[in-house]
Amino acid sequence: MARGKARFFASLREAVGRSEIEWVLADGATVETLMTHLRKTLPGLEEWAGRTWVAVNRHYAAPETVLQDCDEVALFPPVSGG
Amino acid sequence: MSDQLFEITTTPISMDEVSRRVSSPSAGAIVSFAGIVRDTNAGRRVRYLEYEAYPEMAEPMLAQIAEEIKARWPVEKVAIVHRVGRQEIGEISVVVAIASAHRQGAFEAGRYAIDRLKEIVPIWKKEFFEGGEVWIQGPEKPPRSNS
Repeated sequence: MARGKARFFASLREAVGRSEIEWVLADGATVETLMTHLRKTLPGLEEWAGRTWVAVNRHYAAPETVLQDCDEVALFPPVSGG
Repeated sequence: MSDQLFEITTTPISMDEVSRRVSSPSAGAIVSFAGIVRDTNAGRRVRYLEYEAYPEMAEPMLAQIAEEIKARWPVEKVAIVHRVGRQEIGEISVVVAIASAHRQGAFEAGRYAIDRLKEIVPIWKKEFFEGGEVWIQGPEKPPRSNS
């Protein structure tokens, strides 16, 4: 088992109605596994499918990235600073 | 007052103060850029903006942009400071300061810094205009892994 935290920012935070959530997944689970899991529990995420950027431990991560125990996964929309 | 070169802050930013963070006796040129909250956007009358960041990721990414700049131009020091929270029309949301021995490259480096920030740094702005509010859309393509 691997467990960690997922954080949400900006419009995604508003869409899911919270800024973070704990997750527990089987060993070998990937970012994609987590996204599928979160979309079931947090319906607000669905409308952002395809426009969600993901970072694992503060680095941009691909869907196939394998999650480790204590990983911090961040989900957010395309950035718009400046 | 901070001497941090890469900072997400909640307090108002001064261009002079950020420029001082990069100045040194060997720097013959400092190029500074400020992003300002303006009163219109896409035909809407803007009341104010609210910025949000993921600071634990954004600050290292600002440092990464400085490394990218140093690999391309002979600059001495780079500072990038972005403010978050509510900001009124005319206030400074972001300042970039580039110090180098000579001006060559410093202008391009400054432009690269702000362009890159808008592409990859996890900061978002929400516009409050007369009649509503909207999250501003960023670029469609996510950056490649920065690990």
